[in-house]
This record gives sequence, structure tokens and C-alpha cells, in this order.
Amino acid sequence: MPRKPKSPATDRRKFLTGFVAAGAAAGVATVAPGARAADPPPPAPPSALPPSGKTAEAETGTPKELPRVQGVPGSDFMVDVIKSLGIKYLPANCASSYRALHESLINYGGNKMPEFLSCMHEESAVGMAHGYFKASGKPLLTLCHGTVGLQHASMGLYNAWCDRVPLIIIGGNDLDAAHRPPGVPTFHSAQDINALVRDFTKWDDTPVSLDHFAQSFVRAYKISMTPPYGPVAISLDAGLQQEPMKKHEQGVVPRYVPTSPPQGDTGAVKEAARLLAAAQNPVIVVDRAARTANGMTLLVQLAELLQAKVIDQGSRMNFPRTHYLSAQPGAVSNADVIIGMELSDFWATVNSFTDNGEHGGIGENSTRIKKETKLISISSVELNTKANYQDFQRFQVIDVPMAADAEATLPALIEAVKSAIQNDRKDAIAKRGEAQKKAYAEDLVRTRQAAAIAWDASPISTARLCMELYGQIKDLDWSLVASEGNVSNWPNRLWPMEKYHQWLGRSGGYGVGYGAPASVGAALANRDLGRFSVSIQSDGDLMYAPGVLWTAARHKIPLLSVMHNNRSWHQEAMHVQRVANFRNRVTNTGNDYGPIGTSIQNPDIEYHKLAESMGWWARGPIKDPAKLGPAIKEAIAVVKSGQPALLNVWTQPR
Amino acid sequence: MKNHASLFARPAMRLSLLRMAAIAALSIGFIASVPDAHAASAENGKAAFIKNGCWQCHGFAGQGGVTGPTLAPSPKALSFISVFIRNSHGVMPPYQKAILSDADLADIYAYLQSIPQGKDYKNIPLLNQ
Repeated sequence: MPRKPKSPATDRRKFLTGFVAAGAAAGVATVAPGARAADPPPPAPPSALPPSGKTAEAETGTPKELPRVQGVPGSDFMVDVIKSLGIKYLPANCASSYRALHESLINYGGNKMPEFLSCMHEESAVGMAHGYFKASGKPLLTLCHGTVGLQHASMGLYNAWCDRVPLIIIGGNDLDAAHRPPGVPTFHSAQDINALVRDFTKWDDTPVSLDHFAQSFVRAYKISMTPPYGPVAISLDAGLQQEPMKKHEQGVVPRYVPTSPPQGDTGAVKEAARLLAAAQNPVIVVDRAARTANGMTLLVQLAELLQAKVIDQGSRMNFPRTHYLSAQPGAVSNADVIIGMELSDFWATVNSFTDNGEHGGIGENSTRIKKETKLISISSVELNTKANYQDFQRFQVIDVPMAADAEATLPALIEAVKSAIQNDRKDAIAKRGEAQKKAYAEDLVRTRQAAAIAWDASPISTARLCMELYGQIKDLDWSLVASEGNVSNWPNRLWPMEKYHQWLGRSGGYGVGYGAPASVGAALANRDLGRFSVSIQSDGDLMYAPGVLWTAARHKIPLLSVMHNNRSWHQEAMHVQRVANFRNRVTNTGNDYGPIGTSIQNPDIEYHKLAESMGWWARGPIKDPAKLGPAIKEAIAVVKSGQPALLNVWTQPR
Repeated sequence: MKNHASLFARPAMRLSLLRMAAIAALSIGFIASVPDAHAASAENGKAAFIKNGCWQCHGFAGQGGVTGPTLAPSPKALSFISVFIRNSHGVMPPYQKAILSDADLADIYAYLQSIPQGKDYKNIPLLNQ
């Protein structure tokens, strides 16, 4: 952006020059700008000598008043814009490229709405915003250096993109190549910082005036919060933040009016209802169908109307686990009509891939459904597909595809199904439900039998871990804020999840390192909503950016983190073992249990000490299953007092 | 712990009926070559179970999980297991004799047999909440 005419009373470059000069004055050996290299420096005086009058004045005297910015600082106006949207928190790692906005937020804005939360890593800040949204339904703002900080943040943004989570990220950037400070600030500048994340953000902008910023920020919020949700990015020029408002700028903050989500086409909805009503064995598959608790209510209505099995793939809490229509993934095999709502992978819902090394190593693909099965899809993601990253998955032919938001379409679909069900079908539909009640009860017994196996094993079985935990929280208004790392899905299989906030889904992009920051962010939201937050925290995930533990302690975010510490990146252990077997080779494990490079042992990490060092109450390692319950009870008392607590539990691999 | 979970979590891990039938047929054919479990060592078998990565999908106690079925207690017949692991074309990768000897396999089987019956879930209060 070409440098704009400067306000007569303002020259941020001189301000910076003064800052640099002051720094130079403080350093005895600094060579003044313009000094010839050939000039020999004067001999340094012995340090024991008293300071000269000039030095003493510089160190003890009252500094001259710095030139003041005349008028309203641009970043103060930006704070007004941000405040208009009711954003409660701003998790961020501080960075000079947004220093003017930072100063306005905490001094002009009073550090309220949003409140600045100190983060150790930009990926942690984004992860916190990710978790916060899923617990509260409210997006957060985060700030970062436009180059180095955004690179740190990018993995978190990709998770948010794949998980359809809204958040706003602002990257500070100094566009004026002729006048920006040389050295580090120029290393931290770029022509187009948003290019780095454009493939996995819904929208981005680079405002060049304050009025432009106002429009850009409100537009960013609006786009982010219109289904399909997604992260948005703004590149924010350092000069625009620092300089005052110009006389010609209007300083108007646009009013935010939410956009209605897209609803399925009437004809397509009717056709879907006709197929579902006439089906012998309809199956509903949901992944991110419920954007809110009301989405769950609507799905229960639709399922009961049809007495159709519901497979909840679990990226959100879509359907009560205690409902008799809740079914396993294999239920698709007997379906004659399948409706998928906001599925992240429709192909894999109705097909299987077996990684068995066949066909030259690429594995086997096969269908999981009958040839004549009709497929219906409602997915808002079809409205927001990009080319580069492959989160859209394999192509699946659909008979009735709707590019629409599932939750917004459900009321119309329910009414259409009611109209489409013929009277002579009602008995058959009721019988379908009775059969499913029996199947559900039998499945629950099998699941409990499976959980009982190795109940007393050490390391502790994942079933025991999960049920000891549930036993202690069941009477609280609990929220399982993250369960990254695979504990054989025991919480989903055995915890009676019925409320929307009891299960918040997964990372979206399977970028490891989501669990810890998302847990802290969700726990922050739950703190304000009076809920008890619990996380099943895996070891590898925590070590990507453990500094978020400090953020939780610093801002008094109550969270019970129970570790699934299997001492490995276990998924990778299985991958390497698999390939070795395909090649008929013995796997080299070195001195570890798993293949070299996949274990987190020798030495074992003492996560409880790590957490303690950052202000958490923590205990471990817990290897004896009999000691787990009492430790959880003690930790819960700590969390109830408003502090985070961590238990380092040694577990079975899965 | 990395999580590309969907790869292993899909029902594709189940063998098709045809494949099961083929394994049953192979079991009959190969029954004579099955290692003798009675001469095997459960202690050595536990070490082999870990060394060869069986624990990765089935757990240290063979309890199973989303990545692999339960192996113990009460393991299936050695003849079935032997044929299955030598010839698997499913999610379970095959273990040829070059990487898992008959003797090691027999020891592993002895280890699985040595794992005691656990509690009935009905007697575990936490599983009846």
C-alpha cells in the first residue's frame, strides 16, 4: 500500500527513530548512525568511574515529553469496531506488528470485551478460539504477527477450517517498504500475508483506511458466522493502526445483521421426504448437522417420525447417545435410503478402504451399501469448496444433493416427511422402532462386556480410565471439551451423553496439538456458563505447545485434564508396523516398545511436573487402576475451586 | 499421539464372509502345521507379543479396542489364529514366518491363554451406572 500523506502532527517513523536513538544512547558501545567505520572508537572508560553528567541525566532525569498523536488514534477506532460485535475474549501472543491495536485494546478499551488472554503460541490462541466457539457458539478474535505469527497459527486455522468453526484472525503487517523500520520489522512484513492461509479461510481482506477496516471487520465477522462457518483473516497495516483518523474518514461502525443460513430447495426437500417416507430401512447419518442444541431436537423429531436409525459420526453432538435409534456405522449396509447431513466424508460413509497393501500398495476399496440404495445429502460445505487442500474428500455420487445448511433445512424436511408418510406405512414404521429398541439394548450389553475386559490391567485400560472419570463427574453439569487421542470411543459408547455441550467433537483437520488449547478455550466458555469441563488429554498432543497450560493457570480457567498417556504417537506406531509387515521385515524398535521414532519414552515425560511448573495442581504418574478414582476425586475438588488440575495416567495404547 | 483415526476405525476391519470362509478352509488344510501350544512359554509369549507389535492394536492384555478385536481371555483356536495372521488381507497386516516364527507364535498363544478371565461387567459398579 503506498504510504498515505502524513498528518502534520504525526510521524510514527520519527517516533520509531527516537525509540531507536534512545536505545542507542543507553548502550555505551553503540556507534551512532553515520559514523565512519574508519574512525577509531574512543577508549571505554573504566566501569568503576562515576558516570558523566550527561550519562547521569540520561539515566535519572525526567525524559522530554514524547510527541503526541493528535486526534483519535486509528487503533482506538478499531477497538470501537471490535467492541460493537460483543467479542468477549482475545487469546493472543503479543507482537509488535499489532502493538498500536494492543495498546488501544488494553488502555482505551479497558481490556474488556474483548479481554486479552496471554498465550505462549499462536497455534494455542487459535485452538482456544476453536474450543471456545464449540462450547459457547460465540466466535473469538485473535491477533498475531502477520508473518511469523501467522505461520505458527496456520495449523490451528486449518483445523478450524476443516471443523467449520468461525474465528477472526488479524495479522499485523507493515506494508510501507520505504518507511517501515528496517531489520526485524521488515523480516516480519510481507506483500500479502493472507496468501499463507487463503486456501483454508473463508475470506480475507487488507483494509487501507479506517472506514475500510470497519467494513472489513464487520464483513469478516458476518462471513465467518454464516453457515458453513469458517475462519477469516485480516491483514492489518501497522501504519493504519498507529496513525490518527483522517478528517475525511467518517468513523462509522456498520451494524451487524446475521445472514440467514441457506435452506434446501423446496423440490429437493420434497423428493428427499418422499424417498425417506417410502423406505423400508432408512438411515440418517450426521456429522456436523447440529450447529446448536436445537439441531439435536430437530434430528430426534425426524428420526422418531421415521423410526430410522441414526449414525452420529461425532464431529458435533448431534443425537443423544441414550436414544434407542442411535446406531453403529455398520447400519448403512442394510439401508435402502441414506440421508447424510453435513458429512465431512460421504464416500467413506458408504464405502470402505482397507489399507492392506493390495493393488501395488494402495489398498482395497469396496462398497458398504446395496447397489440400489438411494443417497440424499444436505451439506452447506458444497457452497464453500476450495481446490488445494483436499478436505472435501473423495467424490461420491448422490441421488438428491442439496447445497444447504442441514439444521436450517430440518424443519421443512420434517414437515415434508409428515406429509409424505402414507397411513398404510405407519405400522411398519412403528415395528421398525421396536426392533431397534431391542438391538440398542443388546448392543449396550456387548459394549459393557467389552469394557470389562482388562479392567484391572496396568497400564490402565482406556475403558477403566473413562468410566472412573465418568463415575466422578456424572452428577455435575459436565462437558467433555476434548478427547483427542484414541480411547476406543468409550465416552461416546458408554457415557449417557444427551446435552449439546457434553461432546464437542474433534479437531476437524486431525492436526495434532488441538486437544490442549481447545480444551482450555472450551473450559473458558464453560467457566462463564457454570459448567464443569473435563478433557481426556493425550500425551503427544500436549507436547506440541504445552505453554497453553500456563495460560489456563494465568487466567484461572478451571479444567480437569486426565491424561491418556500411552507414551507414543500411537497411530504412527501402527502405520510403521503395518508397512514393515507388508514388506516382510521385522520392525526395528530400538529400546522402545514401538517402532523407532514413534515412542515417547526413554525418558518418560513427567507431565504432572510440567503442569505443576506452570501453576496447575497435578498428580502422577498413576499406573494402578485402584488409585485412579481417588485421584480424580481430589482433582475435581481443586477444579471446583477455580483452578486447573491434571492427572498423568499411564494407559493402554487404545 | 497422532490421530489419523478414521483409517482404522472403519468397519472395513471386519472380514467379509467369503474371506472368513476361505480362512476356515485354510485352517483345515493347514491344521497339521500348527505349532504345538503345549510346549510353549507364556512368559516368552508376552515378550514376543510386545516385540512383534501385537499390543499396538490389541492392547498389552489382548483386550482389543477400536483398532483390533479382543484376543484374550479365551482366545480363538490356535489353528484359526495361525492361519489368519499368516494370510490376512484385511486391516490386520500379515505376519509371515520370516518375521514371526512358529515358535514365537506358539509362545504368544500360550500368553493369550494364560490371561485370566476378568470380572463380569455386572459385578463392576462403574459399568452399571
